[in-house]
Amino acid sequence: MADMKTSDAVLVMTEATKAFGGLLAVKDFNLSLPRGSLQGLIGPNGAGKTTAFNLITGIIPLSSGSVEFKGERIDGLEPFEVTRLGIARTFQNIRLFSNLTVLDNVRIAYHAHAGYSLADSILRTKRYARNEKELTDKAIDFLSIFKLEDIADEVAKNLPYGQQRRVEIARALACDPTLLLLDEPAAGMNPREILELMELIHFIKDRFDLTILLIEHQMRVVMGICEYLTVMDFGEVIARGTPREIQDNETVIEAYLGKGAGKSAAS
Amino acid sequence: MELGYLIGTIVKMVALVAWIYGLFWGLGRKRIWQKAATLVLAFAVIQAVIWTKIGNFALFSAFDQGLLFQAITMTMVVLGLNLIYGFNGQFSLAQWGFYGIGAYCAADITYRWTNGDPSGLIVVGLGVILGAAALGGVAKLLKKKRGIPVLSAFTFYLFALVAVGVLSVWLGSLISPLFVPLFGTPDAPGALASPIALQAAFFLSVLFAGAFAAEVSFLFGLPVLSLGSDYFGIATLGFAIVVKTLLVNSDTILPFKEMKGGRGMLGIPKLTNWAWAFIFLVLVLVIIRNFVRSSTGRATLAVREDEIAARAMGIDVAGNKLLSFVVGSFVAGIGGAIYAHYMGFLAPASFDFIAGFNPLIIVVFGGLGSMTGSIVASFGWIFFLEGFLRILLGQFGTDAPSWRFVLYPITLLLLMLVRPQGLLGTIEWGFFKADVLRKRLTGALGGLSRGTKAEKAGE
Repeated sequence: MADMKTSDAVLVMTEATKAFGGLLAVKDFNLSLPRGSLQGLIGPNGAGKTTAFNLITGIIPLSSGSVEFKGERIDGLEPFEVTRLGIARTFQNIRLFSNLTVLDNVRIAYHAHAGYSLADSILRTKRYARNEKELTDKAIDFLSIFKLEDIADEVAKNLPYGQQRRVEIARALACDPTLLLLDEPAAGMNPREILELMELIHFIKDRFDLTILLIEHQMRVVMGICEYLTVMDFGEVIARGTPREIQDNETVIEAYLGKGAGKSAAS
Repeated sequence: MELGYLIGTIVKMVALVAWIYGLFWGLGRKRIWQKAATLVLAFAVIQAVIWTKIGNFALFSAFDQGLLFQAITMTMVVLGLNLIYGFNGQFSLAQWGFYGIGAYCAADITYRWTNGDPSGLIVVGLGVILGAAALGGVAKLLKKKRGIPVLSAFTFYLFALVAVGVLSVWLGSLISPLFVPLFGTPDAPGALASPIALQAAFFLSVLFAGAFAAEVSFLFGLPVLSLGSDYFGIATLGFAIVVKTLLVNSDTILPFKEMKGGRGMLGIPKLTNWAWAFIFLVLVLVIIRNFVRSSTGRATLAVREDEIAARAMGIDVAGNKLLSFVVGSFVAGIGGAIYAHYMGFLAPASFDFIAGFNPLIIVVFGGLGSMTGSIVASFGWIFFLEGFLRILLGQFGTDAPSWRFVLYPITLLLLMLVRPQGLLGTIEWGFFKADVLRKRLTGALGGLSRGTKAEKAGE
């Protein structure tokens, strides 16, 4: 798979539009993510970034336009089907299964590939025993990649914030995605945690051969790790380019700081 | 004398809890022969107690046995409800309705059977088997076409099941006359009139009743589960009312003369004995526990914790909700069937939705998400409320036992204040414990180490 289309776009959104009543939350949104890229999606609050994520993952249906993943239309699919195709995401406000252990959080992500049916588990067949053991071992190995194996039987809600983020990212990766969507991964983190997060993102990208799209407000993260940025405001793309280009873009500065701010900031 | 009886009741309650603990501890052992020995022993202990009579005094009187069977049927309903409400997070009031459906369905089968008519067993049996096949077939067809709205899917399933219903009634009317001669006459009973055949019919009737309740719950749950949790609760309340109304009018708007509507169904053979009750109790325990302790069970928990995150993890949330609802209703149906054959009499009033709050209270009382809690609370509830309190309050006059319906809500209130997570919280005993994760870095061994810590804790 990897050898065939290395340069192909993993995700292509064409003219994606979402209207909530008369409000166009996302309008004619175009996006193309080359394989192995790490792109950022930024914009002021309410610009429609998270809506764009929800359109990709199928949580809300498109009004018009299309979303293609590895050359296949995925708009109209159920969110769980989208995930099974290989798109995983994290959430702006962490959505761990808070009363379950870290291990179970990860094992849940394996559910689609558990390899045994409900009948197997009711009858406790050999297949159940083998696959369940395999799955558990795999989950523990997986946690050890993120240095989380020591807290595997900790209940998720008892973890500190930074670690919850780590678990959430680990859980998303356990879905075995090719495309990872991170929704404000650095929100609420202190500078040290942000540094760790940036390292982690680089690490997982190489290790799991991922394409990553992230929404972020922290300019440090965006400028530090993204190769390419798409800027949104009021549901529309207002600029695209490398972080350096975006930094000097008048329209972007205006969107963030208001009219006239560009000149005073430049002077 | 009465004081002695009261103390005796307390002793019995404590002994039963100890028995439950022992059963679960034994079933939680690793080796298969240990589990088997536990089952035999657990069965034999109670059977011995039932048989023991010291002079005129029965150690475990008919009254106590009745409580035991009620506790077991309640356990089944409550475990199913805990799966739906405690583990999957769907507030359901419909379980009492499925309990009623199971009770009447099984009762009708054996009632007809004892009157020399095999049509009940044949029609229901054909119905549930063909129905399951039809549901599977429709599901397969619907899978091919994506994006079908829930209500359209529901219509397909509904038509399929109605067609199967008509078909099985027709086939039943063709087939059953062939078997009628096998029942013989009262003077010369045939092969099917033998007690063994009756027991077999009873066994099948219980399973079919469960399956029937499950298929009804599938049809009902499919459109209704897509509602949000609160709305789902209201809809299930409606379902419970519909079931009761149908049962009250079973001889007028439904074609079942033998159910006698609101007057109550008489003459159901009393086939529930300790052996059958125990077998079906273990069956239900195993089904529920194996469901919860599996990948599907974890997905069920994930749906309760956070539906959006569950969907993002590749879990079919709607399918999972439906699955736990169907399994929960299946065991409720089995519970109803056992209840019907213990009572020998069914009145629609027992399946009123008000009574349907009892399992709900027990689930919360025992601890949402604790299977052990559900079981202990069911036994405790029946033996305390119907056994102990009734006798204790009986000392203060003939009307005094009604005070127990004042006392138990107060108990409930106090418990909720002191222990909002329920009697047992999420504590589980032996058999029901989750896989205990050993602290191991390599993950090389152990795997399913369920029972390692449990054994230590148990000793």
